Amino acid sequence: MPLKLLNNVIFQSIFLMSLLIVVGIFIPNWLVFVITKAIAYGLVGLGIITLMRGGLVSFGQGFVFGIGGYTAGLLGTQAGLTDAMLLLFISFLFTGFIGLIIAPLLARYRDIFFAMLSLAFSMVLYGILIKIDAIGGSDGFVLPESTYFGISPSPEYADYILYVVSILMTGVVSILLRYYYNSTPGLIALAVRENELRVEYLGSSAFNVTVLNFTIAAGLGGMGGALNGIALGHIDPEFTYWTTSGEFVFISILAGYLSVPAVFLAALFLELVRSFSGRYFPDTWQLILGVFLILSIIFIPSGIGSFFKQFFDKFKNK
Amino acid sequence: MSKNINLLKAEGINKCFGAVVAAKDINMTIQKGERVSLIGSNGAGKTTFMNMVTGYLKPDSGNIYLKNENITFLNPRTITQKGISRSFQIPQIFEPMSTWENILIALGTSQKNHSYFKNARSKENADYINEILSRFSLHEFAHRQVSELPGGVRKLLDIAMALVRKPDILLLDEPTSGVGAEEKYPLMDNIAKALSVENLTVIFVEHDMDIVQNYSERVIAFYQGEIIADGKCDKVLKDENVQEFVTGKTPKRAK
Amino acid sequence: MIDEILTIILDGAIYASWLFIVALGLTFVFGVLKILNIAHGGIYALGAYSTATLVPIFYSLGMPDQLVILTMLVSALAVAIVITPIMERGILRRFYGQDEVLIVLVTYAIYLVLEDVQKLIWGMNSLYVYEPRELLGALQFGSLYYVGYDLALIGLAIFCGLLLWLFLNKTKSGKIVLAVIHNPEISGCMGVNINKVYLAAFFVGAFLAALAGSFTAPLISVQVGISVAVVIESFAVVIIGGLGSIPGAVIGALIIGMARAACVHKLPEAEIFIMYFCMAGMLIFRPKGLFQGTQARKI
Repeated sequence: MPLKLLNNVIFQSIFLMSLLIVVGIFIPNWLVFVITKAIAYGLVGLGIITLMRGGLVSFGQGFVFGIGGYTAGLLGTQAGLTDAMLLLFISFLFTGFIGLIIAPLLARYRDIFFAMLSLAFSMVLYGILIKIDAIGGSDGFVLPESTYFGISPSPEYADYILYVVSILMTGVVSILLRYYYNSTPGLIALAVRENELRVEYLGSSAFNVTVLNFTIAAGLGGMGGALNGIALGHIDPEFTYWTTSGEFVFISILAGYLSVPAVFLAALFLELVRSFSGRYFPDTWQLILGVFLILSIIFIPSGIGSFFKQFFDKFKNK
Repeated sequence: MSKNINLLKAEGINKCFGAVVAAKDINMTIQKGERVSLIGSNGAGKTTFMNMVTGYLKPDSGNIYLKNENITFLNPRTITQKGISRSFQIPQIFEPMSTWENILIALGTSQKNHSYFKNARSKENADYINEILSRFSLHEFAHRQVSELPGGVRKLLDIAMALVRKPDILLLDEPTSGVGAEEKYPLMDNIAKALSVENLTVIFVEHDMDIVQNYSERVIAFYQGEIIADGKCDKVLKDENVQEFVTGKTPKRAK
Repeated sequence: MIDEILTIILDGAIYASWLFIVALGLTFVFGVLKILNIAHGGIYALGAYSTATLVPIFYSLGMPDQLVILTMLVSALAVAIVITPIMERGILRRFYGQDEVLIVLVTYAIYLVLEDVQKLIWGMNSLYVYEPRELLGALQFGSLYYVGYDLALIGLAIFCGLLLWLFLNKTKSGKIVLAVIHNPEISGCMGVNINKVYLAAFFVGAFLAALAGSFTAPLISVQVGISVAVVIESFAVVIIGGLGSIPGAVIGALIIGMARAACVHKLPEAEIFIMYFCMAGMLIFRPKGLFQGTQARKI
């Protein structure tokens, strides 16, 4: 019985979430902030691994990251909507909706062409955003302070509360995704990755699978963008730039598509490297990132998620 | 209407690839429950015909009907959903997965109204997969990665996956090619046994005439995109043209 | 009116030439090695930096001014000679035959490393080498003045393109390269040393990138971040023209060069994203680019 419980996705998630929430009380504020940002990036990475399960890698997730961020930001400044949870949720829905609209266009492409077309979309958005002065052009703009159920927290707790909210919302999303991955359509996505032709000849549509995965990835990316904007208190076109998209791909490759928690671990790794090298070696953070990326592709081609999977598979077989 | 339902009907099919004629005025009707083999040398148009029936290629002219419904311009997916499944000369299976998972995916694709939150490895799915596995004697390979399996087993799995959907017609593209000589008959026996459960219509492309003789009642012979003989197995195999152009028993060829 | 059109055409042609030299290397490397090299932009930047370093040294030696062109060539060559063994032999060779998208990621990683290498070697300051640009004086078209050096870039681009095209189509070694592009396995079986071809092709690609950087250095201030834009712009060119196609790179560079020049003069707001617009449009209507056929899958 206890073993069975340990294998239960919901149990695992609740355990992890409570652990993080408790740990958050004792760790310094900068680390709380770093983890929140890692969650934001991890959400986007989660979207990419959803696509990767279907055999695609997007080099343009900055597109949805930016849309999510700007959605949250504009709702805050223009409509006066400052509830963080509501902003995250609306950004998720709205960006997912945008994803659903452009997905049929992208879903016809594979491999490098999918990657490049998604990149083109993100760069078009970048080009537009830096030209619109009404929303700050290339400087972006500042987001209003977030509220939670109408209450604005005092500044010293604001980071921690956002941290808790992001853990809770991400936890729910991760659980739902795990269910999707294990469902029949989720398995068919894996089959599309391996042999699209056969999937068609078995009577399922690879196109529909890709549209669905892209829509999910868009929604997650939007939510990540909104969270990142709220955490930073600021949003600018850099969100959509291709180097930002590159960081998301880094996270997903490092994590691999086999495990959900691995994505957040990879994102946390990225954020820690970023903040450490930003502090101690400001000129070499890209170098460190690049070296890590090459090493991880060489030595752990299936990502750190493969270790997680091996661990749990062993556990199950006992 | 006649009592015998024309399950599959091809009318005046033509198809060219540049100057190469792959199908020339092909007419054929196939009744429910028939075991038909298509024979012909390489390039005679058997596989092209199969690819047109399954929607991978579109004929230049002519129509194909399944149960009186025109399926000529449908895509492979829709044709599969309407009841024509196929296997492949080179098995198209999901390499990094196990036999069990391959069949699970085939089963998943055959089900309607998927739930996105229900685990695919459910009890009822497992029961059905086990049934398929035992029908094809694949049990011992259930949890092995398919990329490591021997050729004959891969072929069998490929066919098993096509059958999961319970099609009206099953097309087998060279079920014994790429399989060692001693493995061929056990494989065909296995296939025949698995297919005998339902009154399935089977069309298969085959080069081995002994297998054709043993496992099919009707034979259709192709030569340069045309049907040169169609009928009972013995009759077709004794046909002069067939012997000259297909089975090559009379050494009359120029080369 | 006529002046305006002429300006757009000349500006566009100059811009296209520069783009073409970069994209030529990119598309050639893709054609042979099947690698879409993001680090190409990094090599470009190294070319610019090495010129910005070597040219002042050249002037301090007091040699005849015309030889500065030679110095620029040497600096591009030096970059290619240093970078090729490290990148091709050292890193990329491990990934041949693997998923194209994965290899793009590897080159992205190398790009990141090169970015910081530039900072570590040359620091954050801008370098200027405007002297070579004065070498060829100015030319007058009606009421327009153009710097001779800028127009010479058009010649350089045509020269590079023609040379590579002639090499591939008219020489025996070139035909071997074409054979490798078409089918590396069979070429290998026929006795072609694939590794050597890959190395040479990568060298040519790297040299073209460095050359473009080297000859652009006098036009810009050489500083951190010059490679970022190059990556995306040259990508757009090869995507529009078709990956691996030299004529495609010509057309792609011309489309983007002209579109951009037209935007600068007529619709400055659109300048930044016009090329992404071209690229997205091309991908939507002709996903494999102008000069690439579709491949049917055999079953």
